[in-house]
Parts: sequence; structure tokens; C-alpha cells
Amino acid sequence: MAGIAAAKTLTALYLSTGTGGSQTADPVAARSQMGFSLGWHIILACLGVGLPGLVLFAEWRGWRTGDPWYQLLARRWAKALGVLFAVGAVSGTILSFEMGVLWAGLMDHYGSVIGLPFSIEGFAFFIEAIFLGIYLYGWDRLSPRVHLLSGVPIVVAGILSAFFVVTANSWMNSPRGFKIVNGRLTGVDPWAAMFNPATGPETTHMILAAFMVTGFLVASVYAVAMLRGRTDRYHRLGLLIPLTFGVIMTPIQIVVGDWAARYVGSEQPLKLAAMEGLNASGRHVPESIGGYYAGGQLHWALKIPDGLSLLVHLSPNGYVTGLQSAPPDNRPGLITLIHLSFDTMVGIGFALLLLGAWLALAWWRTRTIPPSIWFLRATAVSGIAAVMAMEAGWIVTEVGRQPWIVYGVLRVANAVNPAPGLSWGLVAVVTVYALLTVVTVYVLRRLARNRPVPDAPQESDVTGYKVV
Amino acid sequence: MAITLLVLMWISVTVYALLAGADFGAGAWDLLSGRTGPGARRRALIEHSIGPVWEANHVWLIFVLVLMWTAFPPLFAAVSSTLYIPLTLVALGVIARGSAFAFRKAVTELWQQRIFGAAFAFSSLVTPFFLGAIAGGVASGRVPPGLARGDVVTSWLNPTSVLCGALAVLAGMYLAAVYLTADARRTGQPELAAEFRWRALVIGVVTGLVAAAGLIVVHSDAPRLWAGLSGRALPLVALSGAAGVASLALLAVRRYLLVRVTAALAVAAVLWGWGAAQYPHLLAAAPGLTVAQAAAGRATLQATLISAGVGIALLAPSLAWLFLLFQRGRPVSPPASSSPAEP
Repeated sequence: MAGIAAAKTLTALYLSTGTGGSQTADPVAARSQMGFSLGWHIILACLGVGLPGLVLFAEWRGWRTGDPWYQLLARRWAKALGVLFAVGAVSGTILSFEMGVLWAGLMDHYGSVIGLPFSIEGFAFFIEAIFLGIYLYGWDRLSPRVHLLSGVPIVVAGILSAFFVVTANSWMNSPRGFKIVNGRLTGVDPWAAMFNPATGPETTHMILAAFMVTGFLVASVYAVAMLRGRTDRYHRLGLLIPLTFGVIMTPIQIVVGDWAARYVGSEQPLKLAAMEGLNASGRHVPESIGGYYAGGQLHWALKIPDGLSLLVHLSPNGYVTGLQSAPPDNRPGLITLIHLSFDTMVGIGFALLLLGAWLALAWWRTRTIPPSIWFLRATAVSGIAAVMAMEAGWIVTEVGRQPWIVYGVLRVANAVNPAPGLSWGLVAVVTVYALLTVVTVYVLRRLARNRPVPDAPQESDVTGYKVV
Repeated sequence: MAITLLVLMWISVTVYALLAGADFGAGAWDLLSGRTGPGARRRALIEHSIGPVWEANHVWLIFVLVLMWTAFPPLFAAVSSTLYIPLTLVALGVIARGSAFAFRKAVTELWQQRIFGAAFAFSSLVTPFFLGAIAGGVASGRVPPGLARGDVVTSWLNPTSVLCGALAVLAGMYLAAVYLTADARRTGQPELAAEFRWRALVIGVVTGLVAAAGLIVVHSDAPRLWAGLSGRALPLVALSGAAGVASLALLAVRRYLLVRVTAALAVAAVLWGWGAAQYPHLLAAAPGLTVAQAAAGRATLQATLISAGVGIALLAPSLAWLFLLFQRGRPVSPPASSSPAEP
């Protein structure tokens, strides 16, 4: 692969100019800070992608049917959206800063290759912010039709933002659209970089994950309320709309997840090997579930004979690459973490599929939410579970790509900002985010409690609830 | 094409300074609005004015960053690696400001509104200072090309940076006071308009004096910048001064809408004066980095320009609708007695 040669020349370039691998560089602090702030922001980003659609749906139903429950639901969700979007917008800002503050080496060399999707994402996010301002602050100023229409760009731009920003990450997994000749970057084609082999599966997987996180997370709030005895129509709708949304996405996501895994198998075989804790390459490779990796092998795992060969190649004789095929310093570390994260993601995905089947069955037979308390309990934890699955997926993608920041081209150690004292930034960011987490959760809970839902909403209850 | 993108980036810097700078300034005025009771009307006006627009205004900063790293990657890498401390502080300040503002609106109890209000106002004061300090570090030639080649402390803790930080805070407050004066009159609150008119006059004079005194600082601390400002950029410096004086006169005769233009011009002229003084150098520190040296390849510049063109075509009408919708707004409803932050 041209990438390996590129990596060598780049390493040489770094050594000759003395900017890379200096003693002060602190890749661990930089990775921790990036992982932490990205892992935090991504939950808000998911809600920013998924929640506007739910709000619009409730508003549309309320408008068409005149049902005050839908109208109230739309207003209350919109108020929460306002808070969540603000926190999401500002927690996303720090990521743009970190691209240079932490990864100056990456941007110095490859900013011109992967900058384009960020620029386009900037426009999409701008449109999103503008129309969110119009939508929230225009709630009682615009006619219902215009107001509803003013929400549509938020949904579209939110999905596009997610698409473009994930293409930048997909490029880090499948770097395309450039050549390295004599240590110099040439032949840059930013469109080819943006639409690389990882783009399709990765962006689709992420956008569906955002929908699932939103659906199950919002539904879980109402499941908790119903477990506490609030089983009125407002709470049933609050549970049913987002849960249905999440449930519809789940089987699609499982198929897309399979597509993503096949991509990893063909483009990043070492990542797949880490996901499976597979040391030796071979045929008839079993699918391993659970266990831990130590001393070059996976212990205590449940093995399904020929499973992995079948999954990757649809043939028990399929050849799968193991970790041993690469020199030790080109292999990812933390194999147990990657393997168990992968299992967690897949396991939760199938558990959510079962939850959806339960709902679908009950709805088909009796047109009701399953009356079992266990259904509500399962829904109550489904939100956290969906977030865990999404975070586990990111751990697989990011930790599984190590030691590369740009797969096969640039090592993390050579991309980090060599300035001294980066670990203090990590301390500051973790402190601020810990505080932000506590306060955000607290404020959202106050939002729900300050204005209890009336038992039978009148029109004044709906119009009296101010979104901003 | 590199020049076009540089101009586009600098327009974004200018718009960010004029709009988001004023949002920060409004937050600083929130801090100085006095005790809870008497300050309630002022805080309500501030919240009413910036509420619908601050998130959109904030995005101009994101634009500056993405345009910089796409079109001029070595510039972005050099600036962000050397100045990573103030940049991290700006990012944390942005987080504190935005979330505290959103939280204050969402809670109803006074003590909570006070805490979030204090966080909002304090971060509104601190964040533009560090942004100015970053500009001062670049303008005074303390950021050499390359990764973290400059001093990570003195690159932003130096006379020019402190001056620029102070100017950023003051200019934001000045713009905010000018904008709020007209907002107060439009929403039918003449007594508030009079209050903000006085604030604008006072802070306008202070800003002018600091800027004039700052020329002495620049003269001794950043001779190359001084040479540029007193040479090629002199017309822009003079324009800024003239617009500043004109603004004070317009405020005195209560031409509140016209003064928005001149006040914005005074601030914008300083930014473009800095740009003109430094051009074609993006980084003045030896060995220097010119536009041509920093610019990305042709394909990247072309793709960025195309997407910027499409983006602007979508953006302009949306943005126009947002501002028109809320600039033709209804009067502010009187604040409830127990909730100073609710408009």
C-alpha cells in the first residue's frame, strides 16, 4: 500500500525537521482529552440530529389533529431541544479548537486534504443554528404552516452535518485523495478524500446510531415516568413516538453494521482482528464472544465454529487476517477493550431488536404498549444502553485504528502538538465537562418538574407553555 | 484563489467581531447591570436581543477555523500549537457562556438564575480577552511557523496581547451598548435607551483612549506592526478614528441606527488595518509565512471556494430572515417581579 511508504517518508520528514516525536509531546494526554470531549459531545450531537425530527412530528400531528397532548409534547420537547442544542453547539466548538491545539501535526500536513468536509459542515451547522433560532423564537410569531416548514431545514442540515463531519473520520480510516512524493504532499483531491471507501458504511452507521440514541433516550424518560405511575396519554405518547422511531431504525442498523464490519474486514484487517481478539491468521476462524486477551490469545471466550469466516466471507473456508500478520509496533493495543466494546455494541443492538419485536407484537395484537412492567423497565434502560452501544462503537473505530491517526499513513505520536503541558488542558477540560454534565442533567430535570403536565390540557395550557 | 479565501476568512473574522463580539459585550453589560431588582429590565433587554441570534453569530468563529485549516493549514497548525493555552481557555469560555445562558433561561428560581447569570457574564468578559490576546500574539510576530515553535506563555502574555485583549473586551461592550440603545428604543423602552446611550458614550471614549494609548505600546513592543500601521494601513487607522469620533457625535444627537454603522466601521477598520499592515505575511515572526507559502493546493482552494459559494447562497437568505424576524420584533414584555431573566 502506498500509505506505508508515505508513512516512512513522513516519519523521515518529521525526524529531519525535528518537529515530531519530541520529548515534550504527550500523545496520551491529547488522546484522552480528544476522546473525552468527543465522547461527551457526540451524545449531544446525536440528540441534535434526531430530536428535531421528533419535535416536528409531534408538532405536525398536533396541528393536523388539534390534539392538545401532541401540541404540548411538541412545545416541551422543543424547550429541551433549545437547551440541548446550545450545550451541543458549544461543546462541539472545542473540538474544532482541539484539531489544532492537540493535533497540530495532523492539520499541518493534511488540513488541505480533509478540510473540505469540515468547511461544508460549517455551512450546514450554520443553517441549523439559524433555523433553530427562527423555529424556537418564532413559535408564537409564525403561522403554524410556516413554523412547521421552518423546522425542516434543522432536520436536513442536522443530518448533513453528521454526514460531512463523519466523512472526515472515515478518511482517517481509509485515507484517499493525495500522494506523497519525496516527502511532499501532492495530487490532493479533496472530493476523493471525502468520498472514500469508509464513507458509505461509516456515515450511515453513525446517522442511524444518532436516530437510535435519540429514540431510545427520549422514550426511556417517559418509561421512567410511567413506572412511577404517570400512565396518562401524554406519557404514553411521549414513550411511543420516540420508541417507535428507535425500534424502526434498529433492524436497519444491524444490516448497516454488518456492512460496516465487512468494510473493516477488507480495508482495515488489523482492526477486525482486534475486534475479534484474533492473533493468528487462518481459515475456519470461529466467532469469539466475550473473554479477555492476554499473552497473544483470547481467554474464556465463547466460540462459534467458523463464525467469523462465515460473517466476513459467507464461507466457512474464508481467510481472516490476524494480529500477528503485522509487526508489533503496527498493531493496535488494548485488544481486550476493543473486543469487548465490539461485543457490547452488537449485544446491545440485538437486545434493542428484541425490545422492538416485543413492542411490535403487542401493538399488532392489541394496539397497546405491552402492559408488562418488565417492558417499561427494559425501555427505561434502553436509552442508556443505546448511548453505551454508540460509545462502544466509537471505541472500536478509534482505538482499533491505533497506532495510526491516519490509517497506515500518519502515527498518532507524530500528529500530536509537541508543546509542553498538554496534560493541564486535559485536567481543565475534564473538570469543566464534569460540571457541565451535572448541571445539564439537573436543568433538564428541573425543566420537566417546574411545569408539571396537567391532567387534561386546555388550550391555555398549550399556548401558556413558552418554548423560550 | 488563496487571496479570495483569505478575504473570505477575514470577512468572517470581522462579522464574528461585530456580531459575536457584541454578544460577549452584552454579557459583560449583564455583569454590570446592577442588583437583581433594578438590573432586571436591563438584563431582560440583553437577553431579548441576543437570545435568538447568539448561536448563529457564534458559528462565524467555526468558519474562521475551518477556512484557516483547509486553505492555510500551516498557519492553523502554527497558531494553534503555540497558542494552545489561550485557545483552550477560549473554548472553555465559549462553553461556559453558551450553556450558562441557556440554563439561566431554563430555570425559574432566583438563586439559580444568579449563579448561571454570573457564569454567563463572567465568561462573556474573559473569553474576548483571550481572543484579543491571541490576535495580539499573532500581530506582534510572536508565533513562528512550525509546530509549537513559539513560547507557549509569552506568545499571549505580552504588552500587545494585553492591549488587544483589553480592546476586544471594550470594543465588544461598545458595540453592544450601541446596538442595545436602538433595541431599547424599538421595543418601546426610552429610559433604557437613554441608559445604554450613556454607557455607549462612556465606553466609546474609553475604547478610543485605550486604542490611542495602545499605539504607543505597539510602537515599542511590535515595531513591525507599527511600521505597517503607520505606513500602508494608515488610511484604515485614520478611518477607524474618524468613525469612532463620528459615532460619539451621532450618539450625542441620538441617531441610534446610523451609529450602528459607524461603530461597526470603527471596529472593522482596526481589523482590516491589522490585516493590511501584515499582508502578505500571515505570520510575521522569522522565518515568516506568506499567503503563497501557507496556501493549500489548487484543488483544495477550488473545492473550498465552490462549497463556500453554494453555502453563502443558502446562508444569506436564511440569515436575512433570522435578523429581519427579530429586528422587527414585538416590544419586550415587562419582566415578572420574581424572575429577572425571563423576557
